[in-house]
Amino acid sequence: MAEITVAGLEKSYGSFTALHGIDLHVEDREFLVLLGASGCGKTTLLRCIAGLETASRGEIAIGGRRVDPLPPRARKIAMVFQNYAVFPHLTVFENIAFGLRMKKMPNAEVDEKVRRAATMMHIEQLLARYSGQLSGGQRQRVAVARALAMEPEVLLMDEPLSNLDALLRLEMRAELKGVLQESRTTTIYVTHDQVEAMSLADRIAVMHGGHIVQHASPLDVYRDPATRFVGSFIGNPPMNFLPATRTTAGWEVAGLTMPGPAIDAHTIEFAVRPEDLTPAETGLTGRVKVVEPLGAHQLVTMDVAGHHFRVVLESDLVVRPGETLRLAPRPERVRWFDPTSQTAIDRSLVPS
Amino acid sequence: MTATAPLPAHGAAPSDEIARALDLARAKRWLVAAVVTILCLWVLVPIYLVLVNALSTPSEVSGWPKSFVPSFAMESLAFFAGYRGVAEALLNSVMVAAITMVLSIVIGAPAGYALARFDFAGKNAFRILVLMTRAFPLPLLALPLAVAYIQIGLDDTILGLAFVHTMLAMPFAVLITASLFMGVPFELEEAAWTLGCTRLQAFVKVVLPLVSPGIAASAVFAFVVSWNEVFAAAVLTIENRTLTAFLLQSLNVSPLHLKFAGAAVLVLPALLFLFAVRKYLFAMWGIANR
Amino acid sequence: MPSRALPYLLLAPAALFLAAFFLYPAVQVAVIAFTRGDEVGLANFARMAGHWKFDTALWNTILLAAVVVPLQLALALFMGQIVTQMGRGRDLVLYVFTIPLGISDLAAGIIWLAILEQNGFLNSFLYHLGLLDSPVARLSYQNTLGLFVAVAIAEIWRATAIMLVILVAGMGLIPKEYNEAAEVFGASPWQRFVKVTLPLLKPSLQTALILRTILAFEVFAVVAALAGTSMPMLMGETYAWEFQLQDRGVAASYALVILGISIASTLVFLWWLRTPEEARA
Repeated sequence: MAEITVAGLEKSYGSFTALHGIDLHVEDREFLVLLGASGCGKTTLLRCIAGLETASRGEIAIGGRRVDPLPPRARKIAMVFQNYAVFPHLTVFENIAFGLRMKKMPNAEVDEKVRRAATMMHIEQLLARYSGQLSGGQRQRVAVARALAMEPEVLLMDEPLSNLDALLRLEMRAELKGVLQESRTTTIYVTHDQVEAMSLADRIAVMHGGHIVQHASPLDVYRDPATRFVGSFIGNPPMNFLPATRTTAGWEVAGLTMPGPAIDAHTIEFAVRPEDLTPAETGLTGRVKVVEPLGAHQLVTMDVAGHHFRVVLESDLVVRPGETLRLAPRPERVRWFDPTSQTAIDRSLVPS
Repeated sequence: MTATAPLPAHGAAPSDEIARALDLARAKRWLVAAVVTILCLWVLVPIYLVLVNALSTPSEVSGWPKSFVPSFAMESLAFFAGYRGVAEALLNSVMVAAITMVLSIVIGAPAGYALARFDFAGKNAFRILVLMTRAFPLPLLALPLAVAYIQIGLDDTILGLAFVHTMLAMPFAVLITASLFMGVPFELEEAAWTLGCTRLQAFVKVVLPLVSPGIAASAVFAFVVSWNEVFAAAVLTIENRTLTAFLLQSLNVSPLHLKFAGAAVLVLPALLFLFAVRKYLFAMWGIANR
Repeated sequence: MPSRALPYLLLAPAALFLAAFFLYPAVQVAVIAFTRGDEVGLANFARMAGHWKFDTALWNTILLAAVVVPLQLALALFMGQIVTQMGRGRDLVLYVFTIPLGISDLAAGIIWLAILEQNGFLNSFLYHLGLLDSPVARLSYQNTLGLFVAVAIAEIWRATAIMLVILVAGMGLIPKEYNEAAEVFGASPWQRFVKVTLPLLKPSLQTALILRTILAFEVFAVVAALAGTSMPMLMGETYAWEFQLQDRGVAASYALVILGISIASTLVFLWWLRTPEEARA
């Protein structure tokens, strides 16, 4: 059992606070992705869990054992670093064996475990090489194999794919998912890439400004962003936002009146994802500014009541810049946000 | 190469302009080669000539006119080796340089590591102090230290001189090792910690193997600094003179062939050591001066 | 990792060493200079300045630095530029150019003594060419100019390497693109050197000049080997008062004079070759 519990974790550097009282629970064997833009605190949180940073306040427990006063070596973790940190003066074999040798494991056992980890990452043929003789992708495999060989209770990964080129990243992503599903190790994975997060995670914790702003399954995070930030950060292109004003009949959004949440406010924000709109007789009206054909579909950038608005449409539809388009949002996908608190308005308040 | 303007056919006479440009390029190559040769000779010939003197008999050395090839006579060197005080001076030089080398690294490298790896209050003050030593005529420090040494019994000792030489070499060792340590990504150390190392184990198993050639180079550098130093050595030692102090103080009294043999003995080890660390010379200076 | 004390522990030996062997003697040298017997005052300085060699020594030292340092700078820049033009053999040539870096100033003085002394290689060479019938004394105490030129040549030969190393290292830090851009925009090699390389090299130039000038003020053994006591220099006088005349106070006063001109020159270079914060790469 190796669930992770983080309670009230704070970290500040002088007057700058990187983490504001983080509470987080990761289930045993869960794959958690910490997602956020650079500077949001996700790497700091990971490094606190690894023991590479000392938190200013709060507790961390792994498998029910409090670890925050312990050095990294005593935490039964393994980590994959952003720049791989493959030791340049050791062969691939010795890199993978490094942690095992630190445990004073007998040679035969070391040999067996190194080979098993190498096989898992398809680098058996590279064992005699040095880091300088490896490509970025191969180094990445060594770093993962080295972590897996430790058979840790918790595997920590800090943007492990960010230094690979796009094609290799896709390939490694799928492969990592396979390997980690098999090993079933509790994993915390830091990334700024929302696609990576969606594809790998059991659950995603979205971080912003040193807070965890949403902690849910990938689909929930995508469909029901807890804050305006999450909606605009996740999804490519991001969610569209338009101001909504109360009328007697409901809420008026760019000239279109629609039902909305029953709350006592004058203005709120209407939000919809670019793929959740369809051309219709009545709907949001806007002028087409730019059309970008993307093969499977096309991305249309419009001006709706002076606001930037993007939609993803089928590629057979003929759209030209300068045209006027009418688009109806799918009612079940419309979300509403409170502009002052920037948080989502409870959906139970919206009549269905 | 389709549908472009036709290029002149192969073998067609190039235009005057192109011919001139080719001539110019050729002339420039020759000029560079000639200049480089002259500059190399400017550096090497004087060293060669002192070696010629060292390898000639004393009478050849003071004879006229001089031959530009050595007679490979060992008499000058043998005379030098047998001269009273030379053997001791040579030994003293080696010992002072060796102590300086060890002290500079043992004291300098930890400070270099601290500068490279930590942010702490006073870091900048320390850096400035180290840099300040370079804008200071350090050999002059031998004067007050000569007084202090008498009080604490370090006067006329090898150790006392080695301390002053360490003062000359250590600031470099700090800056050079700091840059060496900065060249080792901190991530490597952190990786070692997560793989079960203590801070010391990570340093020994990961950092040290990666920086040891550079550390060796800066140690050699410290050795050469001490080996070559004249002023402090001459001020601080009387009986236990180093080779430079010995040569300096016998300049007025010793015959020419003794001086030349001494210079040759002084030059050769330094040259060998410098050759050993040549790869690091520019990197060290490049970083040590930022 | 935590352990706030660790950096200080690592730094402590070096800091203590600097305190004991740099700060303490730096203060002490001033104390000695300003005390004569039991009296605090300028007696040592008066004695120093009253001696007939002082003016000559000060003048010689400054003049030598003023002649040698600019020539070395020009030569080092020239060597550096030549080396960057080279392809094959570059490393070997650079090594040869830096050889004098490993040569003691005393050895350098003796090396040039071998060339310039009466029966030395220069006279022998001229004899073989038929330009000279019998040996000429070039380093006699009467020939002040000859001694000065000899010391200057030996200094240029010995100590240009240190500037070369600093400047070549600095040139290596300048991205090639700047020079290539200038070339594409039509700058001649000389224009590129003056308008691109030199301004970008300013920090290295500053270091090289500061270091080299201070070392030039410390010139000692080269002079001792080539000119004996016939050419008074500040460092040589310091040594003479300390060792031969056994007068520590005056020696310390000399040391403060050297220190004074060193600091003054450093400040001049710091100001003259300053790079404004905004223009840093």
